[in-house]
Amino acid sequence: MVKSFLKNIFKKLSFNPFNRKSHVKLGLYGPPNGGKSTLANRICLDWLGQEMSTVSHIAHETREIVIKEQVTIKNKKGKELTFSLVDTPGIATKIDYEEFIKKGLNKTEAKKRAKEATKGVIDSIKWLDTMDAVIVVLDASLDPYSQVNITIIGNLQARNIPVLIAANKVDLRKANVEVIKAAFPQYGVTGLSAKYGKNIEDFYEQLFKLVN
Amino acid sequence: MVTFQFVPYSEMEHLASPKRITKLLNVVKENHIVIMEGRLTKEEEADLIEMTMSEIGPKFKGIELSVIYPEKNKQDPMQKLKNAFTNMLLGDRLGLTIIGPASIVKKIEKNPNKIELFTKEMSYGNQRNKNKKIT
Repeated sequence: MVKSFLKNIFKKLSFNPFNRKSHVKLGLYGPPNGGKSTLANRICLDWLGQEMSTVSHIAHETREIVIKEQVTIKNKKGKELTFSLVDTPGIATKIDYEEFIKKGLNKTEAKKRAKEATKGVIDSIKWLDTMDAVIVVLDASLDPYSQVNITIIGNLQARNIPVLIAANKVDLRKANVEVIKAAFPQYGVTGLSAKYGKNIEDFYEQLFKLVN
Repeated sequence: MVTFQFVPYSEMEHLASPKRITKLLNVVKENHIVIMEGRLTKEEEADLIEMTMSEIGPKFKGIELSVIYPEKNKQDPMQKLKNAFTNMLLGDRLGLTIIGPASIVKKIEKNPNKIELFTKEMSYGNQRNKNKKIT
């Protein structure tokens, strides 16, 4: 609590003794199945030539924090940005193993997944304080006004952590980036499809603006 | 049957954050839907999610949470001043927080003029859910 308070003050004064790093820690946050791991894979494929996370249509595929160190991206002017990319488990207020059974897992697998997922949510929240900047990944085809989204963004705001909203899945017919922009007018929102790479260049430009 | 339990601001204002959260969660775990006067801080909301996750088990599947709070952007300067003054004297009682057990509440939708709370109805013996809307 005290550390977080001091960190916020030092951040405002552009000096942070808790944050002596050679590069920034960039977190991917959001509700389950928004496409955090797909975006992490897209970034790593584009700049490192390899994926970092597994993806699945079943929610809570990422149940542990996954970190890729030393990801360096370049903008159109040739300027470089290096960061550690942190893919986090989706934050949810409920986890029911029976939902996993409906998706085809057996009871033992479903219960194990649910247990791991609850721990993953706790870890995601605990790691918030360590982030230098965060991309909130939302499914652009869903209602953005969910309390989980509001809580995540509110907590980032309370910690003075810079936020970029990635309105993902614009390849879906129901996707509506404007609704997300209207829901969070104080933040930069970039529509993209992490799966197909649509608008990814614009996303990287926004990322430079976020971190610099 | 769905039971709502009202939690007035006066019951919460003197409690420290962990006790507030425990109190709310205990009510929800008794399968009641909490309607709390006022709202938690953003940090408390995150703590509520953390604590909920640590309590999830065979009988408790988690919560549905919704906070209704007047948008500051839509308030005129006089309203803002009044609210700031009231908050200073009486605490931030504005808004409502609704927390329901996920086994009963399927989802809570907020529209400008109404709150829709969709409940799950368990039919006899089997696990088939039916949606019911309370507005």
